[in-house]
Amino acid sequence: MKLQIASAVLSGMFLLPVQAAVKVHERILDNGLKILIKEDHRSPVAVSQVWYKVGSSYEPGGITGISHMLEHMMFKGTDELKPGEFSRIIAANGGNENAFTGRDYTAYFQTMEKSRLEVSFKLEADRMRNLKLLDEELQKELQVVYEERRMRTDDKPRSKTQEHFAALAYSNSPYRNPIIGWPTDIENYTIADLEAWYQKWYAPNNATLVVVGDVEPKAVFALAEKYFGPLKPSDITPVKPQTEVEQLGIRRMIVNLPDKLPYLVMGYKVPVLNTAEHEWEAYALEVMAGILDGGSSARLESGLVRGKQIAVAAGAGYNLNSRLDELFMFDATPAQGKSHQELEAALKEEIEKLKYELVQPEELQRIKAQVLANATYERDSMFYQGMQMGINETVGLGWQKADEYVDKVNRITAEQVREVAKKYFTDNNLSVAYLVPQPIAEQTGNEKLKESK
Amino acid sequence: MRIALISLLLILTGQSAWAATNIEHWTTKQGARVYFVPAPNLPMVDIRVTFDAGSARDGKQFGIAALTSGLLDTGAGEWNADQIAQRFESVGARFGTGVSRDMAWLSLRTLTDPKLFDKAVATMQTILTQPRFVEADFQREKKRTLAGLKHRESSPSTLADIAFYKAVYGQHPYAHPSAGEIETVKPLQAKDLKNFYRQYYVATNAMVAIVGDLSRKQAEQTAEKLLAKLPAGLKPAELPEVAMPKQGRREHIAFPSAQTHVMSGLPGSYRNDDDYFALFVGNHILGGGMLVSRLFEEVREKRGLAYNTYSYFAPMYRKGPFAMGLQTRTDQADKAMEVLNQTLTEFIEEGPTEEELTAAKQNITGGFVMRFDTNSKMIGYVEMIGFYGLPLDYLETFQEKVNAVTVDAIKDAFQRRVDSELLQTITVGEAQ
Repeated sequence: MKLQIASAVLSGMFLLPVQAAVKVHERILDNGLKILIKEDHRSPVAVSQVWYKVGSSYEPGGITGISHMLEHMMFKGTDELKPGEFSRIIAANGGNENAFTGRDYTAYFQTMEKSRLEVSFKLEADRMRNLKLLDEELQKELQVVYEERRMRTDDKPRSKTQEHFAALAYSNSPYRNPIIGWPTDIENYTIADLEAWYQKWYAPNNATLVVVGDVEPKAVFALAEKYFGPLKPSDITPVKPQTEVEQLGIRRMIVNLPDKLPYLVMGYKVPVLNTAEHEWEAYALEVMAGILDGGSSARLESGLVRGKQIAVAAGAGYNLNSRLDELFMFDATPAQGKSHQELEAALKEEIEKLKYELVQPEELQRIKAQVLANATYERDSMFYQGMQMGINETVGLGWQKADEYVDKVNRITAEQVREVAKKYFTDNNLSVAYLVPQPIAEQTGNEKLKESK
Repeated sequence: MRIALISLLLILTGQSAWAATNIEHWTTKQGARVYFVPAPNLPMVDIRVTFDAGSARDGKQFGIAALTSGLLDTGAGEWNADQIAQRFESVGARFGTGVSRDMAWLSLRTLTDPKLFDKAVATMQTILTQPRFVEADFQREKKRTLAGLKHRESSPSTLADIAFYKAVYGQHPYAHPSAGEIETVKPLQAKDLKNFYRQYYVATNAMVAIVGDLSRKQAEQTAEKLLAKLPAGLKPAELPEVAMPKQGRREHIAFPSAQTHVMSGLPGSYRNDDDYFALFVGNHILGGGMLVSRLFEEVREKRGLAYNTYSYFAPMYRKGPFAMGLQTRTDQADKAMEVLNQTLTEFIEEGPTEEELTAAKQNITGGFVMRFDTNSKMIGYVEMIGFYGLPLDYLETFQEKVNAVTVDAIKDAFQRRVDSELLQTITVGEAQ
């Protein structure tokens, strides 16, 4: 019954960096394309991912969500390929493929039997520079994206609450905008908008190619050179900083939506690896997330769900590898008969404890054991290993950052955890939203209409 | 994400290949079946103990299987929930329990370093064999379950799914949702759960799947140790066959959502079904393929009517559902349903083209190795093969069987098994 945290990326994947015990082979082509290769010979499979340094946090007002829209249009043909042909070729080669857009990246991937890697490179290189944007295709795909928004957000009260919450918590950071975009922005994209966005960001010198699998690095570099090498680089103008301004007091919001249960979201403004004055602060916040929500023995589950029984579910989360300052998030569902206020007070009590009491040695030991074990577990997935490298590289941390993770987390002390709690978990940094459930008016038994076919 | 992964049901529970060739199988002293695939590359192991104790065994107490499973790790032997969680988490192990309609399982992922491994396995063994069902834990978990059941009434897609199963399965034990109903969970008592546990969590009703860095001997010892204190017990009676619905039916549930959710289908295929491969490959062409299928083409690519549209067979011990579905804004729901039905009807009447069949085979066999390229995926297959008594060479012969499917076989199987006159169709959304 763990609930999703608002700051999770659109794809809903929860990420923790891991120790990369395996060597990474790196090369940068003359046109600026960075290539990262990790060998994994357990199975005759290769994952290929292309990561572009663009996502919803790069978007100006009026065209929010355009990175995601462009992601959809990337399947709609190039000078060489008809709409949909990309997917048919991948499918005929036994491939799995898809794409996802986050706040800080847009990524495309294929997983194929290893001998088909060339197919993937050929097609990805083609659409990196030769996309053909057709208005007729845009009009149809816009409908698809509206439906996607309705499905993901509009008909999901908690998702909608999280969307509104982000817009409340951030003043000027682009993280205030939803990845899929605000409704009227989606309605008004033009082919010219998409063309401009594609020209601005899709180039080899703004991308990273990641390959994980049963491959031989030299051969992969040669293959990459063959297909991506001839592509022309662009002049990439760096995105403006848009650093979030200081928050000057607690922010509160009520969201009234038809739903069956109340729900609460809270977030404190915190730095990430990219922005922290002292890097250890980000690792200390990471440890804090583990203390609060790193399993069933962690404080929220043990203290609030089982102990006080004030919540039927409670979670906390933090992404330390975001590009910009983040929110350290809490979300929880009150137990029957408990109010939002009581639940908020109970969460705050846990937070106060972190500020004034040192966490127990057993708690730190547990987190370290989990981090170490995860570093092994995560190697079970080639896709995940690729994602680690891709994200770290794309947000500007560099893929090597993942190698430091276990060691850096291990060095965090109880005093450092207390220090970041004191520094960042203040009311001035806090935003709170209550979802207050409204009756679901139309759903009454009598209105059930039955008819024979 | 360009498309949600909902339509993958069949593929994910379907098949896969690396260590496929060597599933080792034996029986423990008390008669539990064990299936083991060595995977020596990473110092970790996945273990699943699975019982025929899913919600199809609920009887009239809908939700009892799920609640029994949920209570297991809240108190066992001398430990309470906190202590159990600490024992696993202090060694970095991940433990979980769950139920589906057919199965109830306990799962463990742990490192194989003996100090860590032994503590994790000992904890799992205690949970498995000495759960306490303490009254206070029971009351709390029941409340949490009831909150979850209430909350699901705010999700149009969940409402559609529940109504769909009800329509397709009528009085069959597959008809109700695994989590149960508010009215049937409320009266449950801790002693009911204890009885359910005693009846179904027994060695002859158990199977163990192990994938990871253990020797055969270690795997044998682990399985013996885990189940040693379980009584042999009895296998439960066979589940009844699923009856086909007498006639097609359409049901609308009014709900204030922007989209109307559509689900349509009927009882489909089961494990060990002779028609399975024809239906599976046929469905891949109809609506099972991720970004390439007739439904994807007709509903999304040509008309932009939905983000997600799919069809699947979800084979179970008895006939699991064949289902098609989509979500679309309410004013075009009728149009979308027409496309859905038209696409199905054409497919049943004419079958796929040779080109479509070739492309589907290329996709399925070309990507065959990716079906079990991780320990996580592998253990899913091992459990499926063991639980449903599929041949141990299921994965080895999989590609052969896919390649043997013909256009005529698909047409014939769909015509016999998917009668569009009998479709049960659910819509959830605003009145149109």
